[in-house]
Amino acid sequence: MYSEKVMDHFNNPRNVGEIENPSGVGTVGNAKCGDIMRMYLDIDENGIIKEAKFKTFGCGAAVATSSMATELVKGKTIQEALQVTNKAVMEALDGLPPVKVHCSLLAEEAIHAALWDYAEKNNIKIEGLQKPVNDIEEKIEEEY
Amino acid sequence: MIYLDNAATTRVTEEVFEQIKPYFCEQYANPSAIYSFAGKAMSAVDEARKSAAELIGAESNEIYFTAGGSESDNWAIKAAAELYKDKGKHIITSTIEHHAVLHTCQYLEKQGYEVTYVNVDENGVIRLDELEKAIRPDTVLITVMAANNEIGTIQPISEIGRLAKKNGILFHTDAVQAYGHIPIDVNEMNIDMLSASGHKLNAPKGVGIMYIRKGVRIGSFIHGGAQERSRRAGTLNTAGIVGFGAAAKIAKEKLEENAKKEIALRDYLIKRVMDEIPYTRLNGDAVKRLPNNAHFCFKFIEGESLLILLDQNGICASSGSACTSGSLDPSHVLLAIGLAHEIAHGSLRLTLSTENTKEEIDFTVDKLKEIVARLRSMSPLYEDFVKQQS
Ligand SMILES: Cc1ncc(COP(=O)(O)O)c(C=O)c1O
Ligand code: FES
Repeated sequence: MYSEKVMDHFNNPRNVGEIENPSGVGTVGNAKCGDIMRMYLDIDENGIIKEAKFKTFGCGAAVATSSMATELVKGKTIQEALQVTNKAVMEALDGLPPVKVHCSLLAEEAIHAALWDYAEKNNIKIEGLQKPVNDIEEKIEEEY
Repeated sequence: MIYLDNAATTRVTEEVFEQIKPYFCEQYANPSAIYSFAGKAMSAVDEARKSAAELIGAESNEIYFTAGGSESDNWAIKAAAELYKDKGKHIITSTIEHHAVLHTCQYLEKQGYEVTYVNVDENGVIRLDELEKAIRPDTVLITVMAANNEIGTIQPISEIGRLAKKNGILFHTDAVQAYGHIPIDVNEMNIDMLSASGHKLNAPKGVGIMYIRKGVRIGSFIHGGAQERSRRAGTLNTAGIVGFGAAAKIAKEKLEENAKKEIALRDYLIKRVMDEIPYTRLNGDAVKRLPNNAHFCFKFIEGESLLILLDQNGICASSGSACTSGSLDPSHVLLAIGLAHEIAHGSLRLTLSTENTKEEIDFTVDKLKEIVARLRSMSPLYEDFVKQQS
């Protein structure tokens, strides 16, 4: 049911863990299926994402998208990280089964939540970043 | 491979398969035909019917072959509702039935019937007091499963049968998981209709039975030819029926022996898991449970991830997690026994057969320990829990 890439990221998830004193941390969930993703970011003074770590309570797709999302934002600027949408994550994983598309939204939203936390901590405004939702179900209903 | 999903389906054993084999290439006659070539097929069907009946203390002519458990459930419920629609349109069932029953009841609700879904306790045993209170003058059918397919809880079928009889209400039981696995006697238990399915009993898929007590006049569900005394049309599935009969016969002979063997292995599995994996819940009743069923929730982890990792170790299992359901809701059974969504998420069902060995169970538990620990180390819920502890 899953692509080889998804299975690879599920079996060998990149960047699992926590960052102590992170620049930003965000937790988002999907109340419907009950899954939760937490993203930690370490951002340097030039606004480059040095490190990204995650923890996920969810299905195979949720784990794989978390892993891929951390890979895609590492080394990027904040603005570049904002371009890492769920579609980008899915493409990088060679697609997901239709029932699992919502899992990739969790990854996108977790990045946004972590960036939002970073912006709040540093009293800055990130162009184009909207206040993340705690429960992505709200977002799914808007978009689909 | 270690197969621990026998509640989903079972292997056709060689002993059963040998008996089925002649009915494909050699004895292929339509059993209903008049010529002598059909005689062997028809007598094999008769023999199978007898075995299917004897397993539950029924008469041969009370057994109707169907295409499986889902068809039998649909038939029993829809036809009973139809038969008694002038008397009343109220049906009683439980919250933990298989979808073959639940969705049929929901269909009838759309047709103007009223259905009461009686709750279960935290072990999944139906609340008899609630059931009794639910009975009304217009109640025409009580349908409660003999044993649950997820958590394995065995229901008080005798008590329900007694209540139904006392109130003059037809009683149907979905015995798909129970038939051939635990003792059932349709007379002692006052069962009017019973569904069972071959593939849960080492017979092929796509064959089942409906037991209909003599005198219960429900109509037919599949209309057409005169097979099954005009109550279930369709050319007889000779091979499937022979397989069903063979499996039923073996199950009757070995019921006690098999149950004993499975219970020993099941309890060993449950003990090891509960002793060695922290923050684990055993679901279902510890004693009133199917001999082959073990069902757990591992806190802080999700079932689909667990199943994929078990699969990578060659272990076949199942889960009631939302992520595996396709509908994104956790199993209705786990919610009915009062589990929170996030607990239901980490559910695992392991269902044994007599062919499983202690070595297989040991390997499974060893792997399970590693996998649960690994998934917990990735879980934000576990992280929060550990931080709260310190
Ligand atoms: C309790 C119960 N009822 C009904 C069914 C459906 O049986 P079948 O697959 O033969 O249609 C099953 C099998 O999954 C079951 O476990
Ligand atoms: S996170 Fe629940 S289905 Fe993917």
